[in-house]
Amino acid sequence: MKLKPEDLKKISEKMEASTNLRSGAGRAKITVHMGTCGIATGARDIMKAFLDELEASGKKDIIFTTTGCAGLCSHEPMATIEIQGESPVKYVHLTKEKVKIIFEEHVLNGNIVKGSALGRGSERVG
Amino acid sequence: MEDLSLHILDIVENPILAGSSRIEVILEKKKKEDILILFIIDDGSGMDKETLDIVSSPFYSSKEGKRFGLGISLLKQAALETEGTFEINSKAGVGTEIKALFKSEHPDMKPLGDIMLTIRMLRLSHPEIEFYYEDRSNSK
Repeated sequence: MKLKPEDLKKISEKMEASTNLRSGAGRAKITVHMGTCGIATGARDIMKAFLDELEASGKKDIIFTTTGCAGLCSHEPMATIEIQGESPVKYVHLTKEKVKIIFEEHVLNGNIVKGSALGRGSERVG
Repeated sequence: MEDLSLHILDIVENPILAGSSRIEVILEKKKKEDILILFIIDDGSGMDKETLDIVSSPFYSSKEGKRFGLGISLLKQAALETEGTFEINSKAGVGTEIKALFKSEHPDMKPLGDIMLTIRMLRLSHPEIEFYYEDRSNSK
């Protein structure tokens, strides 16, 4: 298959978008917990909901990533939102509706959604 | 897990953590024999024989501070519940291959679920890894 210049442009744009999901200097970082417990309680749909919101927003300064079990299995599905320079906030018992609110309020505007937040901080030190 | 696509999403966490650069997910359906085989093949760090012997135990995890590791044991259980089989082969430094065979008409067979959504989510969350998916459906 021969590649045309417009194909290369598309690949380049796609790679740029996907790289943005994992690395770079992000203003905000979304981490969805995708351990066995998280996946069993719907983490894949939560991940998709965050990615849909991210895509719809068109923002390029938000990092998206996944991690494993945080040791709080009964609170899954969970996600951690971290705004640059602030402590990470853990959100628990997530639904697609909560994701929409958390994305708009916390990720885009920096306001913690208290009703869905478990607390500040990370499950691991170091 | 509700369906196989979620098991796949869960299991693939292992080769991701094992530093794989390519992970293959292959579904082979043999309709006449009512068999479905799931292969997950990676080129990660692999395991030595001692680890391989205990990796299917729910009380084993390679992660620091974790005493449980349910991913592999749950997939094995899902296969065995259909009177299928489960094999895992690995070589340190080479990679690992999982083969889970399901009797697809068994009453305890789980639905396939949204495999493409699983693959899409994996590709988006780990763009540095090549995820290969193949559906080898046939009527034999």
